[in-house]
Amino acid sequence: MYIDPHAHMISRTTDDYEAMAAAGIVALIEPAFWVGQPRTFVGTYVDYLSTIVGWERFRAGQFGIRHYCTVGLNSKEANNEELAEGVMEWLPRFALKEGVVAIGEIGYDEQTALEDKYFRAQLALARDLQLPVMVHTPHRDKKRGTSRSMDVCEEMGLDPSWVVIDHNNEETVRETLDRGYWAGFSIYPSTKMGNARMVELLKQYGGERIIVDSACDWGISDCLGVAKTAQLARQQGIDEATIRKVTYANALEVYGKSGQINESDWLDPPGIDQRTLFEGNSILRGGREPRIEVPGKQRGDSLLIE
Amino acid sequence: MTTAPMNLLSEWIVRQAGEEGAWFASRLHSLSSGAASEQDLHIFLGLIPRKLGKQDLALTSEDVRRAELAHAGWRPQGWSIDGAARVAALIGYQGPRPFADTFKDLRRTADAGELIALYRGLPLYPEPESLAFEVGEGLRSNMRAVFEAIAHDNPYARDHFDEHRWNHMVLKALFVGSRLSPVVGLDERANPELARILLDYAHERWAAGRAVSPELWRCVGPFIDSLDALDDLQRVMSGTETERKAAVLALTVNQSPRARSLLAASPEVARLVSEGHVDWNNLLQSEAA
Repeated sequence: MYIDPHAHMISRTTDDYEAMAAAGIVALIEPAFWVGQPRTFVGTYVDYLSTIVGWERFRAGQFGIRHYCTVGLNSKEANNEELAEGVMEWLPRFALKEGVVAIGEIGYDEQTALEDKYFRAQLALARDLQLPVMVHTPHRDKKRGTSRSMDVCEEMGLDPSWVVIDHNNEETVRETLDRGYWAGFSIYPSTKMGNARMVELLKQYGGERIIVDSACDWGISDCLGVAKTAQLARQQGIDEATIRKVTYANALEVYGKSGQINESDWLDPPGIDQRTLFEGNSILRGGREPRIEVPGKQRGDSLLIE
Repeated sequence: MTTAPMNLLSEWIVRQAGEEGAWFASRLHSLSSGAASEQDLHIFLGLIPRKLGKQDLALTSEDVRRAELAHAGWRPQGWSIDGAARVAALIGYQGPRPFADTFKDLRRTADAGELIALYRGLPLYPEPESLAFEVGEGLRSNMRAVFEAIAHDNPYARDHFDEHRWNHMVLKALFVGSRLSPVVGLDERANPELARILLDYAHERWAAGRAVSPELWRCVGPFIDSLDALDDLQRVMSGTETERKAAVLALTVNQSPRARSLLAASPEVARLVSEGHVDWNNLLQSEAA
């Protein structure tokens, strides 16, 4: 039983949902992000936020996966001041929606003045609404950007135990943990963390405050990042308690501070939830063993389309 | 004596909410004062599930009876306490803008649970005709539960839809695998155009080798003659047990000699129907049993 606490399902297919459910994902968190191309109207951003609190939740439910999300203005689009101002006006309304477990993903891309302005404004919003925060750390000038993100969280009066610093690597993890933050790792080929490296980190740091996610999106990425890391860790002799923490319990604990994600949502769901049409988790229902299948396998295996 | 829907909702919510009942009642009162802003409404709507939870609304058969008296066709069975409270907030809110504008704004930013609550409340809002566009958006939704918030146990469609919209709602219900028996006013709003659309749809399904919902024949029954559909009913008659029951139910309203002879070929089912053991409302339940 796993949680993927960072997955951009709006960019993924139903094959992925099917493969994730089969691999044992019971819940996932979809952070608001940059969809690969800048939005140029406030309205398109608002519709995007509506999609992740509504339609995407329904889509996930059809596969027995509970869907949660975080809302925020990402760092790239923070550089369009007109858009950013507009989005900031709408954000408080979305922050109070059901299943919104944090403000995020927010932070720095190129570490510009405008990115800094809207990062701070959203940290203040999270603080005022008592919501956790998911921080996106930059791809470039990463080490300094990560330290700076934590400096600013503290300047804005946030409690580190309410903040997940995501996309960590070997160079940033020590400081993140030492300062009391949750350390997220995105198992994402080529640009972020690999799962063999992740297992080495687990050997070194154990499972306290470490969170594994897939960050799967529109790029070359793997929606089974969490399940595959758990399996590899198991093969390499990492104990079950640690695996459970980093692939399930830690994410539940920090995002659970929002009051919007509870284990009972998937452990004790109604047979079919008439109000959301959540179909229940087939693994939990049928007691099947989780299995890792290649997404799209169904497409390859069968010539017939009925 | 008839109680207004708003008062019924408040009564049920306060009764079930325990300690938070007072919070709900006082916030609702201030929303109705005319001095509350839309932001106050948004915050109240956001806090409702946090404060009241999301359990089913607990109703007695007397409550259900009073709902029918308060607004014909209103069936609050299956509502949740947070949904009921949100509808009460919308009915109670006295704002400066026309109701449809406030509704549109809420709908554009609604999460899945809010959409369902917004649409379930349709028959109870002020100026119901002004919501025609908003209802269209809900009917077009791909979220089945949102569509069903309009199509099921809700008299708004019966009371306010024109024939075109009504017909497409019924067709869509079948198309997305939804049930017809919870649609309020299905027999009253039967019409030959709908029967023709559904018969075409059945032919399309058969041609593709797919099953046809037995409920479809309820809307075809009254127009069997004008559609020349007896061959089709004969085919349904030779299908599954449930299909045979559906065919009998549909043929029962037809007086032609051939309909009589088709019915005579299934005396067992015809007897169950004539004695009231099988009807359109329990047709699919008996299939599950």
